[in-house]
Amino acid sequence: MRSYEKYFRQNRLPHMWCPGCGNGIAMKSIVQAIEKEGLTQDNTVIVSGIGCSSRASGYMDFDTLHTAHGRAIPFATGIKLARPELNVIVITGDGDCTAIGGNHFIHGARRNVDLTVVLFNNNIYGMTGGQASPMTPMHKRATTAPYGTVDRPFDACKLAEAAGATYVARSTAFHVQHLTDMIARGIQNKGFSLIEAMVQCPTAYGRKNKQGQPSVAMKWMRDSAVMKVAWDKLPAEKKVDKFPIGILYENKYEDYGTAYSEVIEAAQK
Amino acid sequence: MKADITIKMERCKGCGICVDFCPKQVLALDELGKVYIKNGEECIVCGQCELRCPDYAIFVDRREV
Repeated sequence: MRSYEKYFRQNRLPHMWCPGCGNGIAMKSIVQAIEKEGLTQDNTVIVSGIGCSSRASGYMDFDTLHTAHGRAIPFATGIKLARPELNVIVITGDGDCTAIGGNHFIHGARRNVDLTVVLFNNNIYGMTGGQASPMTPMHKRATTAPYGTVDRPFDACKLAEAAGATYVARSTAFHVQHLTDMIARGIQNKGFSLIEAMVQCPTAYGRKNKQGQPSVAMKWMRDSAVMKVAWDKLPAEKKVDKFPIGILYENKYEDYGTAYSEVIEAAQK
Repeated sequence: MKADITIKMERCKGCGICVDFCPKQVLALDELGKVYIKNGEECIVCGQCELRCPDYAIFVDRREV
């Protein structure tokens, strides 16, 4: 048994995700990052929304909260304000975070609440049968877009950066150790941290888009992901069909908890 | 065989990620679609299978000599 397995609820495994689903890999990365940063099961809270990704909270042996669809960040904000000493990690999906929870997401980032948000991006609504999400890439197929979607997708990383997050990173289920590193750095950051974890969905997204074998999607990640340093030097024509991974944005700004405690102090004078 | 490969069969869903990423074709899927060790002698303990197994079903350790 590996040391990170103590963070799983052993009686809940094996998990219910489909064969080859990348969520399991991303969940392992989270617990490894937690272990690396020395957080304990008593001072860490896992909050999740609704969707395939958000099932993760049920498998993780911490104080966990499985909340309403899209509302993981508001619940997490509440926990952080009531108990600022806790480390709050939010697990959310692309539909949960950028569609129904889109407003909560940008306002969490705007306030710079000290949360670590891990967005499992599988490009689709997997649990409900493969409908197109706001992060389904252009011209990719879904059950609600049988000829390919024509809705322009969100770039969650750019969205978080623009909204005021102080740490924005991206990695993939192929780059497991890199993903762990990105999450660990996000936990260190005192402020709103977004880590987009690209994960494969062989069942809903893969079958519709010729990535039925899980390893096909992972090899696509391997071949399409470019480290941020190299990405910045790439000419525009070579960026087509590629995406950057690594720390995409970092800034320092007072976090919401600190500002809030100042308000409490001023009110009690 | 210089590697100890532990497979937790009750967790394996047969997705084939370990088989496809193994550089030495050590692993294969059996007739039930679950992983088995086909060619253990070839294992170089790179750990690619363990790293990317989404179900925490396979573990590789270097055998102590």
